[in-house]
Amino acid sequence: MIAYAIAVTAAAISLSIVLNLWRLLIGPTSTDRLLALDTMVINSIALIVLFGMSYATFIYFEAALLFAMVAFVATISFCKYLLRGNVIE
Amino acid sequence: MSVFSELLISALLLIGAAFMLVGSLGLARLADPLQRLHGPTKATTLGISAILVASMLYQYLGHGKLSFHEFLIVFFLFITAPISAHLLAKAYLHIRRVERD
Amino acid sequence: MIERILPHPVLAAVLVVVWIMLVNALTPGSVVMGIIVATVVSKLTSIYWPERAKIGRPLLVAEYLGVVLYDIVVSSLQVAYLVLFRNPHTLRSQFITVPLDARTPEAIVALAGTITLTPGTLSVDVSEDMRSLSVHCLDVADPAAAIGDIKQRYEQRLMRILT
Repeated sequence: MIAYAIAVTAAAISLSIVLNLWRLLIGPTSTDRLLALDTMVINSIALIVLFGMSYATFIYFEAALLFAMVAFVATISFCKYLLRGNVIE
Repeated sequence: MSVFSELLISALLLIGAAFMLVGSLGLARLADPLQRLHGPTKATTLGISAILVASMLYQYLGHGKLSFHEFLIVFFLFITAPISAHLLAKAYLHIRRVERD
Repeated sequence: MIERILPHPVLAAVLVVVWIMLVNALTPGSVVMGIIVATVVSKLTSIYWPERAKIGRPLLVAEYLGVVLYDIVVSSLQVAYLVLFRNPHTLRSQFITVPLDARTPEAIVALAGTITLTPGTLSVDVSEDMRSLSVHCLDVADPAAAIGDIKQRYEQRLMRILT
């Protein structure tokens, strides 16, 4: 039963990533694209966790944590770039 | 693993999937950039939390391994989601102001 | 004496918990290593954070977290309904300005984070003098009621916790 649930969840998350990609392509503002990228990273974290569940290995956990941290720092620094015109003052 | 725990884990996974899909659908469907911020900040954060809790229960009930570092990702996302949303909204308003001037 | 070794006891406790979670095992070794890391980190970073935030009343903190968690679930269901079944062009989105009674920066940060995570609202900006918060609402019928709800549901509780 869990195998089916994992398959359905993976399909739903893949669909979400396609929707994010669509928003990333059409924009229209740069903050929209940035938000789409941020959401895509969260969706891919879910995919990593699901992969670990279906193969019963949990060594990919650190990858998921690093993904979350790098995505946060990237979003913040890009926003700061949009606001101020540079990242490090 | 008992039927009950399988049901619990599957339900958590499907709830998480539904919320993540709704978050991304909101991002794709809503009309205004500020409205679009609402979908991913709330629904997606809750969805990933449900999936991570499901993974934690799966390790504990299915493999007998008590694992709690999934909570780290949940805490991290709950703390950072408002901050990135705040900065994105600020950046959007700034760009709009600059374009109007 | 204890303040020289541990400038921020709460921060140090959080660091110990985070370290144990990273190691993912509750063994004596991980606890000792966590205490060492927490002491060194809170000592090294104390010059960036000279004032200590006062957090009182753990019961109130637990109550606040429960209220916020419940509201996060409800707000996600509301946003899901709005996204799925409403025409996006008919949503009554608008900005509201919430006057702030809380004065400490910690309380304002916590309030802004809570507003973003809860029903259909997103905190956008704090005014220069930290007296009001600009909030974007996804779909609001009565702005005055929304402001009152935020103030008595979250701000009152936060002001009692972070004095």
